[in-house]
Amino acid sequence: MTAASLLQALFPNIDDWGELGQACADTLLMLGGSLALTVLLGLPLGVLLYLTGKGQLRAMPRLYAVLALAVNVLRSVPFIILMIVLMPVTYALVGTRLGIRGAIPPLVIGAAPFFARLVETALREVKPGVIEAAQAMGASTWQIVRGVLLPEARAGIAAGITVTAIALVGYTAMGGAIGSGGLGDLAYRYGYLSYKSDYMVVTVALLIVLVQLLQTIGDRVVARLSRH
Amino acid sequence: MIRFIDVHKSYRVDGREIPALQPLSLDIADGEVFGVIGHSGAGKSTLIRLVNLLERPSGGQVLVDGVNMTALDQAALRRQRQRIGMIFQHFNLLDSQTVADNVAFPLRLAGERDAGTIRARVDELLARVGLQAHAGKYPSQLSGGQKQRVGIARALANRPSILLCDEATSALDPQTTASVLQLLAEINRELKLTIVLITHEMDVVRRVCDRVAVLDAGRVVEAGPVADVFLHPRHPTTRRFVDEALPEEAATAQAPFARVPGRLLRLSFRGEATWTPALGRVMRETGVDFNILAGRIDRIKELPYGQLTVALQGANADHALAVLRTAGIDVEELAR
Repeated sequence: MTAASLLQALFPNIDDWGELGQACADTLLMLGGSLALTVLLGLPLGVLLYLTGKGQLRAMPRLYAVLALAVNVLRSVPFIILMIVLMPVTYALVGTRLGIRGAIPPLVIGAAPFFARLVETALREVKPGVIEAAQAMGASTWQIVRGVLLPEARAGIAAGITVTAIALVGYTAMGGAIGSGGLGDLAYRYGYLSYKSDYMVVTVALLIVLVQLLQTIGDRVVARLSRH
Repeated sequence: MIRFIDVHKSYRVDGREIPALQPLSLDIADGEVFGVIGHSGAGKSTLIRLVNLLERPSGGQVLVDGVNMTALDQAALRRQRQRIGMIFQHFNLLDSQTVADNVAFPLRLAGERDAGTIRARVDELLARVGLQAHAGKYPSQLSGGQKQRVGIARALANRPSILLCDEATSALDPQTTASVLQLLAEINRELKLTIVLITHEMDVVRRVCDRVAVLDAGRVVEAGPVADVFLHPRHPTTRRFVDEALPEEAATAQAPFARVPGRLLRLSFRGEATWTPALGRVMRETGVDFNILAGRIDRIKELPYGQLTVALQGANADHALAVLRTAGIDVEELAR
């Protein structure tokens, strides 16, 4: 029996493996694109949350309260609802509500506040004495951020990126339900709406592999960064 | 020179002002090692942080080399801080950076970009603290004493005129403490660096300081040359610190001598007097007898000193005391 006929026997409803491959690629693209933008947006936001927090270098209670509220609001809306609510914003930003492009804005807006909190937590782990030492050396706040906070917290930030990437895998799958494509779309349309449960099995298996892979890579990076 | 003029500091806690330092005035001369000793909570870490304005005074002036620190804007304050090195009890090194990068950090902060210049200066600094072989290691691979040496190299990087030591040896074992203090004394001598150190150990003060201030509940209760304060403590807090540094002396406090006949005296020798056979001479010349009950001969920084508790017997006692005093020995009669 050839490999193709084995697959045919195991998953009789999957007639187009190319479509499945395309869905995989779409999911990876959505994940990569949204993760990059999430880090780009969430990292400065996390630093800002940290710096303006109570008793910190640039404590600004009002600004902190506003930021924290915005972050909490975005984090408390379930992603699938956030995606629907954000549709006009998405359309204004990228000109479509569908496909990979349409998925990226809600993914980033959903994940960046979450990642920002993880960054804030990682920065709070940096020993205050090290920051004081940098101040005593005449470092500016920006120099402390670049030279002390980010390097000292890099393992924690890498762990935060891993957790965020895995959360984004879940979000992209949810996005499939409202037209963003990818593995979630296949699972929903074929596996759920058309009762082709073998689609469900394969997509779930692929998602598990993806999450495992992300966690393993993330753990390795964290281990390397904390080895000193 | 560091000058405190009527400096005081209080913290606002739950809307109430909690005083940390009572108004104090203090001059620390160029090139001296100035110690501040006090128990935890006495205000000494606040005091040392007033020098580089890590803590802002609630009132009064802090002058460093004639510059009024509190009047500086942020940029000028940062430049001034680069001229003031600081080391810490827990070293406060960057764990994510190598020894060499830790030492290079203040150079980069000060705007040095040339990799060759940085490397040369780092090598020179690591050689000074005896860590050339460890440049590529991370702090977690070093012992406590080595970490503090990295801290010292880092503090010296921008050629400061002042070095602040915040309990720099409190986390170290006695042997490592001795070697770090020796390094500080060497730096003070060779670089003509002013050192301000805070500690809760009189022994640290005795080994390296020229002058000392004793801090108790936010107040300077005693200050002066270390030999004076150490040999003749006046304030009870100072006496406690001195007793801690001289355990045998404290253990043999007067009580056990109650039955010893004669007049109970404490003789303090300093400098040259330490090496003269004064007791023997006085015994021969005046015919009195000394019974040595307790004693210690040691050094205060480079100054040799001795302190003996003796019982004096004989008819000519007053004359003997006068002879001792003219020989440069400090005589205190102890109550019994």
